[in-house]
Amino acid sequence: MKLPLLDTESSRGFILRRTATTMASTEIARQAGEGARAVPLAGHVGFDSMPDQLVNKSVNHGFCFNILCVGETGLGKSTLMDTLFNTKFEGEPTQHNQPGVTLKSNTYELQESNVRLKLTVVNTVGFGDQINKEDSYKSIVEFIDAQFEAYLQEELKIKRTLHSYHDTRIHACLYFIAPTGHSLKSLDLVTMKKLDSKVNIIPIIAKSDAISKSELAKFKIKITSELVSNGVQIYQFPTDDESVAEINSTMNSHLPFAVVGSTEEVKIGNKMVKARQYPWGTVQVENENHCDFVKLREMLIRVNMEDLREQTHTRHYELYRRCKLEEMGFKDTDPDSKPFSLQETYEAKRNEFMGELQKKEEEMRQMFVQRVKEKEAELKEAEKELHEKFDRLKKLHQDEKKKLEDKRKSLDDELNMFKQKKTAAELLQNQAQQAGGSTTLKRDKERKN
Amino acid sequence: MRSGQRDKGNQKTSGDYVGIDAILEQMRRKAMKQGFELNIMVVGQSGLGKSTLMNTLFKSKVSRKSVLATAQEKIPKTIEIKSISHDIEEKGVRMKLTVIDTPGFGDQINNENCWQPIMKFINDQYEAYLQEEINIDRKKRIPDSRVHCCIYFIPPTGHCLRPLDVEFMRRLSKVVNIVPVIAKADTLTLEERDFFKKKIREELRANGIDVYPQKEFDEDAEDRMINEKIREMIPFAVVGSDQEYQVNGRRLLGRKTKWGTIEVENIAHCEFAYLRDLLIRTHMQNIKDITSSIHYEMYRVRRLNENNTAVSHANGLPEHHLSAHEM
Repeated sequence: MKLPLLDTESSRGFILRRTATTMASTEIARQAGEGARAVPLAGHVGFDSMPDQLVNKSVNHGFCFNILCVGETGLGKSTLMDTLFNTKFEGEPTQHNQPGVTLKSNTYELQESNVRLKLTVVNTVGFGDQINKEDSYKSIVEFIDAQFEAYLQEELKIKRTLHSYHDTRIHACLYFIAPTGHSLKSLDLVTMKKLDSKVNIIPIIAKSDAISKSELAKFKIKITSELVSNGVQIYQFPTDDESVAEINSTMNSHLPFAVVGSTEEVKIGNKMVKARQYPWGTVQVENENHCDFVKLREMLIRVNMEDLREQTHTRHYELYRRCKLEEMGFKDTDPDSKPFSLQETYEAKRNEFMGELQKKEEEMRQMFVQRVKEKEAELKEAEKELHEKFDRLKKLHQDEKKKLEDKRKSLDDELNMFKQKKTAAELLQNQAQQAGGSTTLKRDKERKN
Repeated sequence: MRSGQRDKGNQKTSGDYVGIDAILEQMRRKAMKQGFELNIMVVGQSGLGKSTLMNTLFKSKVSRKSVLATAQEKIPKTIEIKSISHDIEEKGVRMKLTVIDTPGFGDQINNENCWQPIMKFINDQYEAYLQEEINIDRKKRIPDSRVHCCIYFIPPTGHCLRPLDVEFMRRLSKVVNIVPVIAKADTLTLEERDFFKKKIREELRANGIDVYPQKEFDEDAEDRMINEKIREMIPFAVVGSDQEYQVNGRRLLGRKTKWGTIEVENIAHCEFAYLRDLLIRTHMQNIKDITSSIHYEMYRVRRLNENNTAVSHANGLPEHHLSAHEM
């Protein structure tokens, strides 16, 4: 079908539906999908390869999927994960005496044909074990929020690397319900109510081989009605795409899935199948008459994995982001309803922060200066003391020296006097010898005296 | 988080199929449902066959030829930017194609700064996307009006690039993916064409102009190999036509002259097919990725830092303080 040539101004009828805008100002008025005219193609262009290009890019990049398993200890969470993904994930069964609920997460890299999946399984350790379970849900909510927060921080960074960011946000939360056969526990209701606005909840009945078929049907009805009456929003498999609408809506009616997990294999007929063997019979995991495991696997992995990821990003994460930013004081429009630039408020907050930082820096500097002054004073004191000591010692030294000088002087004087006496005595001796020897006796006597 | 590596791909038995690879099908379904967007800008002097080439590429009247009504009509004083959107569909894949035309480019006597309105337009699209992205209440799918690819038409002089070409490509290769093409290549013989191309590549290299596919964005050895082959062929010498003629019993798009009919999709005649394959069949996703993860991010960093320095200078804070702190 060839289109009529439209290069005459008279055919305004067609032009009206076209969005042709000229740049008089800087505004381009174009809404996504609105007003664009549908144009038939006269031949094969080739952009039908776009989905393939997109898929190839994703395959090169790898995929990320994060599952959170919430449920009491001993409900078979780890076993179910092992069964779902056909591998033996790490970990031994946890003890029942944990003081609080902690979340342990492990990341695994799985590969099937050319698809690489980074799977993170988060387990709640100690859930439902405490005597007082009022705060059990808190650590779970905190964990989920922390993952959103990490993503938000990365998104708000100036230099960011979103395409290589390892997404840790929880895409699906499997809530394990204990197979009592009666109704939900109040812990379950409270926890699910707190989680339903933050994560896609898929409730499952664990260890369902403990319930008989008739009881199971009643149990499921009871659970669904309790969830509805308490306003808990569990994840609904999407029914807007025709190719999967049918299967998804059937599955929606089978929620919650009653599952049995097992990694042990038993020979049935001539095949080895995953099963649990009892004296009275064998429960086959992959037999749809025995349990809903196959349904869970279909829904969780083979049909809706991408939708789970998308819902997490476009609904739960956006809600978190909106609340967080509003909490931090950002608004889209200021009181005069002029659009507020997020950056302006950023800047205001950042300046506050910088101001505080500066103040702290000043304080530290002051303290430093103070300390230096004190130390200086101390050192000066010490110096002064040393000087004084030195002076004293010097003086002592000088005194000593003087005394020695005096003593020496007196000794010298004595010596001189002695010398004089000696010379005087020798002179007299010589004179006496010359005068005669007669008087020697006399002199001897005199001398003796 | 502890990271345990389990590669079970090799150890699977036939009964152990988990179904992880079904996600590919899920992605494909989602993509088909959402549809794709592509925004191409064509830049070049009037009369180089821009509209015809667009119509040939997409095999429909996506671009309107700008026909001046009379010879006395003045050449426009400024460059206009005209953006027209079409919804096209092929084998269930829907695409919103937007062709951005720039009539008036290079047509004035004084062409100084003629790239400015174009740069401004491109940056405005980035700005619009950024504004939507930083909104608190933002749309599920932010409408993508960013220019993914800019096809620059080089007139077939056969000698070398003109200063206008060099200036334009130098500035714009920093903000958008540029794909240069030699327009109306049926006026060049094969030898002239090869010489012209070599000259152009030399000049691009000498001026440090990085056109698509850019060397620095090659992801791995395989990419590099494929892109090197393309880089050795650019710019593509193209001929556009929206008329069909009978050639050897088949109806083909071509240009009929007295000395023969040029077949547009025949690679012996011109390189239109290579351009089409590059743009549409193999590298479309890559073009969009580079726009969103590199050009747009660069704009965003620049824009967010602008605010910082403006405010910081007001506060007297040295710039290096801010680079250390990131929100």
